[in-house]
Amino acid sequence: MVDVALNDGELAHAEARFRALRIRARWRRRILPVVGIAGFVGFWAALVYVLKVPPFVAPSPVAVLQKLLDEFPKLMANLGPTAVESISGFALGNLTAILIATVFVHKKSLEDAFFPIVVLINTVPVVAKAPILVLLLGNGMEPKIAIAALICFFPTLVNMVRGLESVNPQALELMRVLSASKAEVFFKLRLQNSLPYLFSALKIAASTAVIGAIVGEWIGSTAGIGALIIQSMYAFDSAMLYATVVVGSTFSVLFFLTITLIERVLVRWKPAVGT
Amino acid sequence: MPVLAHSTAIDCRDLTVRFITERRTVTALERVSFTVDRGGFLALLGPSGCGKSTLLRVIADLVPPTTGTVSVLGGKPEEARRQRALGFVFQDAALLPWRTALQNVELPLEVGGGAERLPKGAPTPRELLRLVGLDGWEASFPHELSGGMRQRVAIARALVSAPRILLMDEPFGALDEITRDRLNEELRRIWQDVQTTILFVTHSIYESLFLGEQVLVLAANPGRVKNIIATNLPKARHLSIRETEPFMRLAADLRRTLGS
Repeated sequence: MVDVALNDGELAHAEARFRALRIRARWRRRILPVVGIAGFVGFWAALVYVLKVPPFVAPSPVAVLQKLLDEFPKLMANLGPTAVESISGFALGNLTAILIATVFVHKKSLEDAFFPIVVLINTVPVVAKAPILVLLLGNGMEPKIAIAALICFFPTLVNMVRGLESVNPQALELMRVLSASKAEVFFKLRLQNSLPYLFSALKIAASTAVIGAIVGEWIGSTAGIGALIIQSMYAFDSAMLYATVVVGSTFSVLFFLTITLIERVLVRWKPAVGT
Repeated sequence: MPVLAHSTAIDCRDLTVRFITERRTVTALERVSFTVDRGGFLALLGPSGCGKSTLLRVIADLVPPTTGTVSVLGGKPEEARRQRALGFVFQDAALLPWRTALQNVELPLEVGGGAERLPKGAPTPRELLRLVGLDGWEASFPHELSGGMRQRVAIARALVSAPRILLMDEPFGALDEITRDRLNEELRRIWQDVQTTILFVTHSIYESLFLGEQVLVLAANPGRVKNIIATNLPKARHLSIRETEPFMRLAADLRRTLGS
């Protein structure tokens, strides 16, 4: 018989080593992205300084930061409308998609009739949809909300239909053996099953809704992140342009993170492997 | 040979099931006849493609018969299903991944008016989880359970509506042999505890003999009855029964029947 058991001292030592390694790995995961971003900004600053890039072509990161601080109230005042447009568009587009997906799953003939139209509308690029909607809906927030909604709609519809349909066939048989009603099958089985699919679409929609609102603001608007981008470009105010972009994408990231957090609360389970 | 209706759980006569596909018509079952008494334990043994699963699905009103009749508890399969007299355990556990073990067992009570139809004194979901040996796992999600534990949850879920007939479609087929042996023993015990009728599909000779009071042997292409035997083994069984002479003789018989 070979005795390979560690004594208490050795075991404690091995455990401590393992823990130290894990902590180091965790810190590496946190620090490396920060190092990457800092390196990128440093490289940008050096490039602007060494090549003596004029401020109307590209600003140094320091000038952008200065602009962010100086013009903070103006930037926030313009973020307001963009935020309202993208969040309303997000809500409108996704709710419509969820409702239509529910109808499609229950009435296959409606899906066959109307899905091609949905695909057709989706093939029109956003920049082409925007003028059409401005003509239809005027110059206020409505066309921007509509563009944000349209841009969210398609991925959510496709994913939601898939999520509602890709139910384990044996679970469906189980519901039949239990004589469950259509509503029970929908709420107890299909809707729950669709949540992971829905959230992967919502996470995409969170960032595309902001893009939709900004593109909408490019066409005939005096307020919002999109309008500010156009104004700074025409004024050759590159620092302001960059600062506006930073504000817009920060909002986008926060929107995305909020959806991710909601997903973590609602979807506590792991989808079955291979389905 | 008429059988008294009240003592018969399932009466299958000249059952034929054909599936029509675009390319050809497949005969899954051809003129299958057999009966199962109430409280019986019938093992359905046969090679893949002999229509064992189809047979269970006809009884559960999931597949309509093409010709022939199936009477379940003296009525149509649909009536039995609507009265919630049937429990079904599937090949893969088919648990809902967003529900805990306990919530999965509770599902049949939440749909199809399950709670109202429950007979008085029926075991609660918690008691059933204890019966299948999952005490303390109530709050675990399916992905946290092993394959054997998931099938135990599925069995508890099938038992929660106090079914008079339990249909099991190769429930232990995907499990390792050690887990499978243990669950076989437990299923015998559960059958004696809850006193229900069980139809159990398998393609293992040993499993069919150990579990069943009767074994129905099916042949494939098309699925038809080859033989039906009563095992006449003692009611209280331990796995070691598989090493006894009568068991081995029956196993050899079954193997010959399957091979011929």
